Amino acid sequence: MIILALMGFMAVIGIAMARIRDLFAVVILGGIFSLLGAAVYVILDAVDVGFTEAAVGAGISTVLLLGTLALTTSEEKVTPESRSLVSIVAVIVTGAVLVYGTLDMPRYGDPTAPINHHVAPRYLEKSGDEVGLPNVVTSVLASYRGYDTLGETFVIFTAAVGVLAILGRSRRQPKRKRMKARKG
Amino acid sequence: MELVGLLNYWIVIVLMMTGFYIVISHGNLVKKIVGLNVFQVSVFLLYITMGKVHGGTAPILEEGIALYSNPLPHVLILTAIVVGVATTALGLALVVRISDAYGTIEDDEIDAMENND
Repeated sequence: MIILALMGFMAVIGIAMARIRDLFAVVILGGIFSLLGAAVYVILDAVDVGFTEAAVGAGISTVLLLGTLALTTSEEKVTPESRSLVSIVAVIVTGAVLVYGTLDMPRYGDPTAPINHHVAPRYLEKSGDEVGLPNVVTSVLASYRGYDTLGETFVIFTAAVGVLAILGRSRRQPKRKRMKARKG
Repeated sequence: MELVGLLNYWIVIVLMMTGFYIVISHGNLVKKIVGLNVFQVSVFLLYITMGKVHGGTAPILEEGIALYSNPLPHVLILTAIVVGVATTALGLALVVRISDAYGTIEDDEIDAMENND
């Protein structure tokens, strides 16, 4: 029940985000959305994910978005009516297909679902002896799936290089050139 | 047919579609990225919901506890959250660049400028 209530809040916030045109308010609502998501993760037993979402999703993302607003503009233009109508149709069709797809899925919390019968029981039974950490998520992340985590660090490194390449030294020069062009 | 067990998935789908709507119906680039974030959190919720086991606890080994929720989706989503922030940062950097070059972050205005040139 608590989960459904929290998710209901999230849906309301999501709709508010779609309707509000003040981008500052939208970004802050996005932070609240992430934080509610973190609460739901904790209730669903994913405590590590909850921590990470609260710190990274609700924290760092919001800061990045606010920084972007400071560098650009914080007011959104009105979108034409026709465009939102087409989008609503597309969204409803996609949503209906997805709901149809869920009909075959195992029910919520079912211990016999296929997802709980492959490697997960092995991790839960053996990781205590093999890795020696009480937190199974840490064992899987750092040991059994260490290469995944290594790949993740490569992704972050690439993104950091990309951001520096886009926003680095060259950012101010074109602006000056444009100013000159405007004056001339 | 016991459809109550699917209610969580359906709410997650509503959240996903809210994010999808924000992405496709708005021309503002910052808002598109916010929409992507909403979609992302919803997908994470879908995965975490699938990993939950009735009566299970968080997957931290402890004496006297027999049933744990599935730790595998948690690991995958931890990676995905961090990668998501990396892509958000890259997207926002592009938005700042576009704003510098065109003076606007509305995609239809950028299109109009491109067509005039």
